[in-house]
Amino acid sequence: VRGARCVAVLAVALVLAGPAAASESQPTLAEIETEVVCPTCHTTLDQSSSPVAQRMRNFIRARIAAGDTKSDIKQRLVEDFGEQVLASPPKRGFNLLAWVIPPIAALAGALVLGVLAVRWSRGRGSTAPEPPAADAALDRRIDDELARLDS
Amino acid sequence: MAVGLRRAGQVLAIGVVLALLAVLLWRVVKDSEGGASAALRRGEHPVAPDFDLERLDGAGRLDLESLRGKAVVLNFWASWCLPCKREAPLLEAAWKRWRPKGVVVVGLDANDFKSDARRFAHRYDLSYPIVHDGPGRLLDDYGLTGFPETFFVRPDGRLASWSQGELSAEEIEAGIRGAFSG
Repeated sequence: VRGARCVAVLAVALVLAGPAAASESQPTLAEIETEVVCPTCHTTLDQSSSPVAQRMRNFIRARIAAGDTKSDIKQRLVEDFGEQVLASPPKRGFNLLAWVIPPIAALAGALVLGVLAVRWSRGRGSTAPEPPAADAALDRRIDDELARLDS
Repeated sequence: MAVGLRRAGQVLAIGVVLALLAVLLWRVVKDSEGGASAALRRGEHPVAPDFDLERLDGAGRLDLESLRGKAVVLNFWASWCLPCKREAPLLEAAWKRWRPKGVVVVGLDANDFKSDARRFAHRYDLSYPIVHDGPGRLLDDYGLTGFPETFFVRPDGRLASWSQGELSAEEIEAGIRGAFSG
């Protein structure tokens, strides 16, 4: 059973890795357009029709035709326009924080919510008022009063 | 112990929120200032925001501060900008005419491919210094709204005047004279 699971996981990984590798070695204009920002309008290239966006599209088409990989093309754009040209910050240096902080914050939030939920549910379980301690003298007095009323 | 930890957590959370608010406030104030062009519109003459950028007309870099003592015509342009094509020959003519009198024309190419900018300079036979600000980091400092825009810098480094859009030869002359007289 364990062997079969390993084979299944490997198969899924291979299925997912195939398109990713193809996208890197044979990128399309449409996909790079969504990963690059127009420097004058600050939207992704697919949303822009500015002159510089048009020029960038021509550049990307020419580089794809020349056989460049997606990373090569993006690197060349960064050399001319700086890292701001990338829609997602690169996963290194200070920019790494943009990738690391959101999942950590989400995890921390989930933990806080979990702890609060546990505390709340425990708190709800113990909210029933405890019965007052028996007071023998008071009981005897009440019985006496009731007996007197009956008589 | 638990109370101490809780208090520390609260202090940390408040500190983070205050820091984020401070960053937001700084950004809002910086944006509302409008850069050097807004200061000129208010009648002020601030020191031209400094830069140290890669030269496209040759090797090395150009630092604006190194031009102190000379009047500077700082022209923001890009190769894809149509009015820049008509303006470039006028700037080249002004550079040739005024250079011996202590004027430097600097072309600041922004939001552009370096190769396109070099091709543009070659096509229009530009001999004045050209620097490259691909990401356009200086555009906010100068308060640019488009291309071309030109700033005239006095020899003391302060801005004399600024013009939006394509300049005529007469406007370039007037700008240079204003930089010397102001």
